[in-house]
Amino acid sequence: MRYGTSPDVLRDISFSLAPGSFHFLTGASGAGKSSLLKLIYLAQRPSRGEITLFGQDVGRAPRDALPALRRRIGVVFQEFHLLDHLTVFDNAALPLRVTEQRTDLYRSDVSELLQWVGLGARLESYPPTLSGGEKQRLAIARAVVNRPDILLADEPTGNVDHAMALRILRLLVELNRMGATVLIASHDEDLVARSGMPVLHLDDGVLTRQPPRSAPGRDTAPS
Amino acid sequence: MSEIEARQTDAERRRITPLLPVTDGRDGGLVFTVAVLAFIACLAVIAALAADRAAQGWTSDLSASVTLQVRPKGGDTGPEAAARAAEAVAGVKGVVEARALDRKSAEALLEPWLGKDNIPQDLPLPQLVTVDLDPKAPASLASLNAALATAHLDASVDDRQRWMSDVRRAADLVRLAAVVACLILAAAAGSVIAFATRQGLAARRDVVEVLHLCGAEDQFVANLFMGRFAVLALQASAYGALAAAAGGAGLRLLGGSDGFSPALPIAWQDLAICAGAPILAALVAALSARSAAMAILRAQP
Repeated sequence: MRYGTSPDVLRDISFSLAPGSFHFLTGASGAGKSSLLKLIYLAQRPSRGEITLFGQDVGRAPRDALPALRRRIGVVFQEFHLLDHLTVFDNAALPLRVTEQRTDLYRSDVSELLQWVGLGARLESYPPTLSGGEKQRLAIARAVVNRPDILLADEPTGNVDHAMALRILRLLVELNRMGATVLIASHDEDLVARSGMPVLHLDDGVLTRQPPRSAPGRDTAPS
Repeated sequence: MSEIEARQTDAERRRITPLLPVTDGRDGGLVFTVAVLAFIACLAVIAALAADRAAQGWTSDLSASVTLQVRPKGGDTGPEAAARAAEAVAGVKGVVEARALDRKSAEALLEPWLGKDNIPQDLPLPQLVTVDLDPKAPASLASLNAALATAHLDASVDDRQRWMSDVRRAADLVRLAAVVACLILAAAAGSVIAFATRQGLAARRDVVEVLHLCGAEDQFVANLFMGRFAVLALQASAYGALAAAAGGAGLRLLGGSDGFSPALPIAWQDLAICAGAPILAALVAALSARSAAMAILRAQP
């Protein structure tokens, strides 16, 4: 993958993630972690090669097929990407709202989810009034509100203290237990080591470490 | 009631927040521009309606009467020939009234060219007969000529067709100019709104990106911008239309029952056209915004 005429950001990458698995994506700053996540959450198209998600080659999928695929992927962005003019509730409910679901059908579910991530008392607050940890948890709530099959997180613990990082990790593990395939980009080696989860390591755009081949039935195979 | 239930009840009381920010400081210039365009468009249509009414009045006045020019022959004097011509055509079906113009009236017609009291008494003046026709079933030119021939009168009938065709052509031009002006203004408003949509999308790239990554379809995002700019154009053009209606009402009040002037007789009902401007502007804005937004969104990955 490359941006415009610049050199390849990612090259010769081939790996598969089994459904329901939990992986860390590590690498130095600039190694291509965010670019790899962008390919998976369909914010970028590969310059060449193939990315298979849910049994489809998404690199060649028509544009109008992408929204349905994106709804099956939850993303926690490094910079949160919360909408400052929407309340905590509305930010968390955004993936449901863009599918034009009726508010009364999801209101209690979203409130309960926000309660679960510790933001039950901040439903009517706006993102600029939240702390870094609260923003992070709100971003996670938004990413999981429509129960995605894949959860991607880009440095989800990068803006919080160690205690909050552990709390967020426990939250992500819990979501994984509920069935989501989780891939977390992180440079927090201590956190990665504590988790004991398998690691994919990127070094200057090349995958130098990847998990052992998983069992058949995988539905996610970025390459 | 549990804590969660209490919060849910609170949440239920909340109104839905628009996905695009309601207020945007950059919208001020666009509101002003659309308001001015709507103001000019409304004034153009009001003026066109008034000019059309004036032209219709002129043509109906012209077509409701004809003029006979009588040339005395035999032993008739001019006034006698004119009186006989008036009598001859008065009985024709479709003629309401025929009257010979006396010398004083004929002098009054020449006054703009020769001046008052500058016409010598011995100057021969054309002998004219004014014939008022029934507007619903006017007498034909042939029936008038036949009546004059039967009375052995040498006269020509001027039915003012040349004037009427000029007036009709002028009225058609006024209508065409109004339609072209409105089309140009609508195109200008559409271009301005398309430009503003592109600016709005660029300024709200973060919102668009988040919506996309949350699974929003292009149509959904384009509809947000379409709705936003339609409402904005509706409000802005309402200001412009109200100002135009106020201006038209002022001209109508100043001009009395004739409207602004006999050449531009504004009627109260003309001002009602201003009510349609916001709806039309909102429609143009909606189409422009949607088209611009879809073009931009389709260019994204």
